[in-house]
Amino acid sequence: MDYRSPISRARGLGSAKEGAAHWWMQRLTAAALVPLLLWFVASLIGLTGAGYDDAVAWVSTPWITVLLIATIAVVFHHAQLGLQVVLEDYVHSEWLKVLSIALVKFAAVLLAIGGIYSVLRVAFGG
Amino acid sequence: MQDDSRPLSPHLQIYRPQLTSVLSISHRASGVFLALGTLALVYWFAAMASGPEVFAQAQMIAGAWYGQVLLVLWTFSLFYHLCNGIRHLFWDAGYGFEIRHAYATGYVVLVAAAVLTAGTWVLALAGGQ
Repeated sequence: MDYRSPISRARGLGSAKEGAAHWWMQRLTAAALVPLLLWFVASLIGLTGAGYDDAVAWVSTPWITVLLIATIAVVFHHAQLGLQVVLEDYVHSEWLKVLSIALVKFAAVLLAIGGIYSVLRVAFGG
Repeated sequence: MQDDSRPLSPHLQIYRPQLTSVLSISHRASGVFLALGTLALVYWFAAMASGPEVFAQAQMIAGAWYGQVLLVLWTFSLFYHLCNGIRHLFWDAGYGFEIRHAYATGYVVLVAAAVLTAGTWVLALAGGQ
């Protein structure tokens, strides 16, 4: 027996009005990471044995700078979403759960900014 | 609130592991391990931004035995999580729920992750000489 109205089911937003947003973003970032990380690993293979100048030249290539920033941003978004689900499932103390999820979010944002800043600094020769 | 003394299901300690359940928990474990790897990723880019000396230090750590062990583990975790993630995306789209399909795709994921990891390191070590 379903007590929800057809329009409520169609909108699928639930009481928090965000419905499947977390679930959907986890899948969307996963799909984006498939090509991005295959490209990243392939690039690192090409860089083995390369020195500092080669690495800097690689990061400074405009389209590579852009893809690296995209990879870092999506990696941390995906990691944060995934760690949040793990914490929600296994941390049973409510305040510890909220605190750990908040700390993971802060860490993810800080690390993402740190990574992107480093890439830009290399790219612009700082 | 739940009473903590109540018995829990499904008694993981006496539950026979199956490929499907082992791959499922491994997906989470590899994800958490890869999240730790992001620290190394940011460190590598930060080292590059800090100049040749710091970058050389980072490259030395990556080339040391413990660095290589971690990198191999992260490579396998990445390819496993990526391949099994694609398996999950197919499930999300409604495909592959038959028991025999779940097992077949599970084996495909393991073989693909192993082959991709081995291929990556063969190419990397060949290129680095």
